[in-house]
Amino acid sequence: MPDPMRIRANMAGDKVEVRVLMAHEMETGLRKDANGKLVPAHFIQNVTVAHEGKTVLAAQWGTSISKNPFLHFRFKGGKPGDKVKITWVDNKGETRSDEATIAAAG
Amino acid sequence: MRALIMAAGAAALAVCAAAPAQDKDVTQREIERYRELLAEGNPADLAEAKGEELWKTMRGPKQASLERCDLGLGPGVVKGAYARLPRWFADTGRVQDLESRLVTCMVTLQGFTEDEAKKNPFSAPGRPSPIEDIATYVAGASKGMTFDPPLRHPKELEAFRTGEELFYRRAGPHDFSCATCHGDEGKRIRLQDLPKLTDPKEAQKVFTSWPAYRVSQGSVRTMQHRLYDCYWQMRHPQLDYVSEASIDLQVFMAKYASGGTVEAPGLKR
Repeated sequence: MPDPMRIRANMAGDKVEVRVLMAHEMETGLRKDANGKLVPAHFIQNVTVAHEGKTVLAAQWGTSISKNPFLHFRFKGGKPGDKVKITWVDNKGETRSDEATIAAAG
Repeated sequence: MRALIMAAGAAALAVCAAAPAQDKDVTQREIERYRELLAEGNPADLAEAKGEELWKTMRGPKQASLERCDLGLGPGVVKGAYARLPRWFADTGRVQDLESRLVTCMVTLQGFTEDEAKKNPFSAPGRPSPIEDIATYVAGASKGMTFDPPLRHPKELEAFRTGEELFYRRAGPHDFSCATCHGDEGKRIRLQDLPKLTDPKEAQKVFTSWPAYRVSQGSVRTMQHRLYDCYWQMRHPQLDYVSEASIDLQVFMAKYASGGTVEAPGLKR
């Protein structure tokens, strides 16, 4: 199973500020290994963020996103104690979901 | 027409002459800004989390965790241990840094052979290094504390003197020593400032920020890797992982870094 994400979610004024760090190799498929063989592409394709079950962000990613991606965004309508659930799916079908509770202004 | 071109040329020249000093400030500011942006989401956090998991995981022939590992403050004490390393250990009779101590614990508690424990010290894409993650976790547990290695035991003082000797000893095809790059103020390689490691102000800032996530390598690197890479860059013979020389050098640098604040895990280019 893929390694967990690190999620920080807190209030910033009337919005919720979320910072997510995902553990992923994000191989482009263009890199060669020590033996000169291409390393197969392996990258996150879809990211969804749900606030209390409702999608607030959906993204399609490609190979231009760095290794161990960092995602930082704000959305309206959340309050302390609410849950934010983040899910990614990569091109090999591996997936990982993690959940965080929104904290008061941090 | 020619006069006009010459006037323009002179103006351009004047601009060029004024530019370097200003450029340097702008460049420096931009580098600082880049570092700040990166620090928001230091991927070393991921290694720290993985290291904590590994610390508690039953591994090795004896299927034991590292939770009874004595890092100098007693068995199982992780918090603050890194701020007091390297130090002399009675059970091994040696001065040890964090990573060599982890090797000791992997041998005594988990039953690995020393070669097995030292086999994979630095990760590569697709080949994680457990000891690298564990070192990140242990160091991170001292974050914010004052760096204060003991440096009193005769063996520690001996290690300091050997480390000093190694730091200044020029050798290899380039006739380099550590001091060639780290013995003066204000030096840099491309945009990387080279700290003067015998100046407490600079040593306190850099020595305590390892292990650190290296953006250019996409991975956390430990102090052992930093030294290994320095030796490679100097074209010296390979510095063996957790060798006496690698530890003595750290004891030497640790003295100047004493009194600093542990900032591990750091984030570097």
